[in-house]
Amino acid sequence: MLSISNLQAFIGKKQILKGLDLEIKAGEVHAIMGPNGAGKSTLASVLAGRAEYEVTGGSVLFEGKDLLELAPEERAAEGIFLAFQYPVEIPGVSTTNFLKTALNEIRKHRGQESLDAVQFLKLMKEKMKLVNIDQSLLSRSLNEGFSGGEKKRNEIFQMAMLEPKLAILDETDSGLDIDALRIVADGVNQLRSPERATIVVTHYQRLLDYIVPDYVHVLYNGRIVKSGPKELAMELEEKGYDWLKAEAI
Amino acid sequence: MTPSYASYNDFKDQLLAAFRTNEELMNGASKTPFHQLRRSALKQFDLLGFPTIRHEEWKYSNVNGLFKEAFDLDDTTTLTANDLDPLEIPNLDGNIIYIVNGRYHPELSRIISPESQVQITSFAEAIKADPDFIGSHFARYADYQENAFTALNTALANDGVVIRVPDNTTVEQPIILRYITDARDKNIAAQPRNLIAVGKNAEVMVAEAYRTLGDRSSFVNVVTEIALSRDARMQYYKVQNETEKAYHIGTTQVNQSDNSHFYSATVTLNGNFVRNNLNIVLNGQHAEAFMYGLYMPNGRQHVDNHTLVDHAMPNSYSKELYKGILDDNSTGVFNGKIFVRPDAQKTNAYQSCKNVVLSPGASMNTKPQLEIFADDVKCSHGTTTGKLNDEALFYMRSRGIPKDEARSLLLYAFSQDVLSQIKIQSIRDYLERVVTEKLMK
Repeated sequence: MLSISNLQAFIGKKQILKGLDLEIKAGEVHAIMGPNGAGKSTLASVLAGRAEYEVTGGSVLFEGKDLLELAPEERAAEGIFLAFQYPVEIPGVSTTNFLKTALNEIRKHRGQESLDAVQFLKLMKEKMKLVNIDQSLLSRSLNEGFSGGEKKRNEIFQMAMLEPKLAILDETDSGLDIDALRIVADGVNQLRSPERATIVVTHYQRLLDYIVPDYVHVLYNGRIVKSGPKELAMELEEKGYDWLKAEAI
Repeated sequence: MTPSYASYNDFKDQLLAAFRTNEELMNGASKTPFHQLRRSALKQFDLLGFPTIRHEEWKYSNVNGLFKEAFDLDDTTTLTANDLDPLEIPNLDGNIIYIVNGRYHPELSRIISPESQVQITSFAEAIKADPDFIGSHFARYADYQENAFTALNTALANDGVVIRVPDNTTVEQPIILRYITDARDKNIAAQPRNLIAVGKNAEVMVAEAYRTLGDRSSFVNVVTEIALSRDARMQYYKVQNETEKAYHIGTTQVNQSDNSHFYSATVTLNGNFVRNNLNIVLNGQHAEAFMYGLYMPNGRQHVDNHTLVDHAMPNSYSKELYKGILDDNSTGVFNGKIFVRPDAQKTNAYQSCKNVVLSPGASMNTKPQLEIFADDVKCSHGTTTGKLNDEALFYMRSRGIPKDEARSLLLYAFSQDVLSQIKIQSIRDYLERVVTEKLMK
């Protein structure tokens, strides 16, 4: 589904990704771990198409298409979804209105009919249960005044609504207490399917107790330096990341 | 016939001459106190002259464009109801008054509220029919000593609208003043003058909507004086959607008595050069004023909002929120003055001005001015000017919303704090439509 090879990216004059390779097949969950500054969030941002990052080399193919050629909205329409580490507050636009616009744009791109208000509401009610999110929250301005937990739940709710092929969760666990973490993870797990792949970007192993990955990759200094089964996460939790630095020298 | 001269002094002389011609036609009426006031305003205009950018109040607003071409002061028009079709506001209900080139046109207008609720007459008629009433209000509020344009309007005040709401009355239907400048054949200058007096415990909604017809230049210099008696409530909206060749300079002067409430929204959508002065004197205890503003200049348009809230008595409240969206090479000015007089203890005054600048060529000047002479007051002010939030834009695009649509959605949301204040549904719908169209461009 996703094939990244020798990806290199800069922010300003600083190179963050220095030749990253990653292969992901449909149905798989991949965890990307690594110390602060390794390039984890950069990878998530580059995949979603954030403009501040300049890709200077390598390629990213998503279902055979050159992802790097596409605008962020086109990537979304192709089935990429980024759950933000820091969801943005948008005053004056309700989550409902926002999602209806987004969903119908994506449907239009895929040649599907727009959902009318009744169909949309029905779909929304169904998906709300997944993350235990309240209707009143959805009629408020998007993320405005939401707690950290509410924001993250709203991200997963949006993911459920838009039904992406590839979901990228960027530090979704940051700022969550254990109850909120469990709700968010449950939502993600219910969305797992043979057609959908997930990339879980995280600093801590904690989230992976709830969202159990098929593969764990260690990102360090802009490259994937180690890959392994889910047990690798446990090893990282025990040993920390310092050994990587020693090995890299 | 359009005069062939065009410069600062020529325009001034032309206006002074118009006054004298007007006076000669008055015969005995030139001795009235009303006309003596106009005469003193003319002297003041002659003394002050048009302001230049050396004048503190006009630092960022250069009126020199007014002297580049000649304006005709002849207010006659061949306009008929059919000509108004393209300017129609859909579903417009209520009392609809047409003021064409500064003149009240009863044959185009429609008054549906009974006289027991509200008396709506032309200013020209009121001067003759009720000189005492005019005398007790005219130029009592809008100061012409400092402001040359107010002096000019006062001197040339011939027509406009007088609205009187009796005590303890709610005017059920809104009053829509539609100002049309007929610039199809010639450059037109108009000086409409209005007076609105709202009685004790009375309530009214008034909207002023400005349009231009034709592609010649127009210059509208309007003054509206509003007197709210105790416990009166008023909604007042000023909507400007004029042409790329329209100059608009306007003063709305409000005097509020005890426990009166004034809610206003000033929405500027189009115009070459727009200057709005909104001056409110909270001349009573527990008086409250709410002032909202939205301006969306593009091209080379210039929009200047000057507001003044004068807290003269204790326990009064004012809240102000102005928002701007500036594109292309447009320029904007917000100048918000708040005075809190020594007697005005327990004043609450809040002011905020927020701007989004969409293009590197556009610019905004903001200047809050607070002068506080009482010690037990709560005042706050803040201004922000910035680009559209890139992070918000990316967030929306990452969900599949195309860039242009995301941008429109964000800006539309930005405008809602102001548009949602408008209680006349047809006016609100109209503004939502024009704002959306403008954002989609």
